Amino acid sequence: MFNAPTGTILAVITLNMEEVSGGAPIFFAGDEEKQEKMARYLSKMLDATVHDLENGTLVIVRH
Amino acid sequence: MGFVIFQGVRGLSHYYPDYLAVILIGVLAGTAARIILLRIDYRQYPGYPHGYLTHTALGLIASALGAVAVPALLKPDFVAVTFLTLAAQQFREIRNMERQTLESLEKTELVKRGLDYIEGIARTFEARNYLVMGTSLITALAAQFGGVPAAVFAAFLMLYASYYFMSGEIIGDICDVVPARLSFDGSILKIDEIGLINIGLKSMRDKILQDGLAVMIKPKNSNARATIHDIGQRTAIAFTAAVFLGTKKDVDLPEFTPLARKNPDTGEVGLYIVPVHKDIEKLIAAVKLTPVLESARSKPLNAGPSIKSVEDKVM
Repeated sequence: MFNAPTGTILAVITLNMEEVSGGAPIFFAGDEEKQEKMARYLSKMLDATVHDLENGTLVIVRH
Repeated sequence: MGFVIFQGVRGLSHYYPDYLAVILIGVLAGTAARIILLRIDYRQYPGYPHGYLTHTALGLIASALGAVAVPALLKPDFVAVTFLTLAAQQFREIRNMERQTLESLEKTELVKRGLDYIEGIARTFEARNYLVMGTSLITALAAQFGGVPAAVFAAFLMLYASYYFMSGEIIGDICDVVPARLSFDGSILKIDEIGLINIGLKSMRDKILQDGLAVMIKPKNSNARATIHDIGQRTAIAFTAAVFLGTKKDVDLPEFTPLARKNPDTGEVGLYIVPVHKDIEKLIAAVKLTPVLESARSKPLNAGPSIKSVEDKVM
């Protein structure tokens, strides 16, 4: 895992599909609780950090 | 004085065991200096017991080289003194060895030491051997011309000088370190007014507020400000803090990475860490004990006159 690229968005978890599109995998979450849980699981799988865009969208980035 | 030197030289040229005594005294002083300096080294660079043996052995060789130079000069065998250049080659090798060891360890280090710190450590290890050589040379000279009492005096003087001058500046000398408060502005983690990192998970934010510690590093003047502006220096501070207090960071917990970020307006640096032992006094001590890196040290305040002379020429 140490050689994986840094500074890239690995996944996007959103409550609002209107706000997102593009290359990274996008996950739609029904409510905030599910969103938080999905983000936590994904961050553990990817060894990456969860960041909050504060528009109902979380992104997972490896630093 | 001339008489004493003459006596010493003539007396010794017939007497090999006296050379031996001179060399042994020099080697003894040099090796003692290396061992004392190792204790300073390892406080800044903890935890490699086999390194002790390696460096003590190399220190012994360095001090032998320094001590042997005296009889070689007196014999007189000037060609023999050229082997000192070989020594310089050897010691550059020590620097490479240290650098390679630390760089290969760095890949699996959770909290990075930083390339600047590694370079600083490698350079220190090289320089210490020259210091050892100098100590044994001066001591052997004193033994040759002044006898044992002078040698003892010279050895103590050199040991004291090595200890005093080469222990280097620490952050505590150039900065004040005070406790600071962690808070969240939305999802942005802040130390007082410095924004550090965006933390997305609410559970992680609560954990950080509960377990995290922060200090503010306030430079005492512009020289200090320029020093802690250096990224390598800040990485070294974060590393030292993580060594002293432990860190809860793991491969899958990148949020707990110790961070040192600058307030762009004041030049103050905030340090954030999620330690194993939550002890603010210990954190302040760790930050203060971090060595000022040679590569980070900078003295813009002292540049005043030279800048003025350039201005006079250009303007």
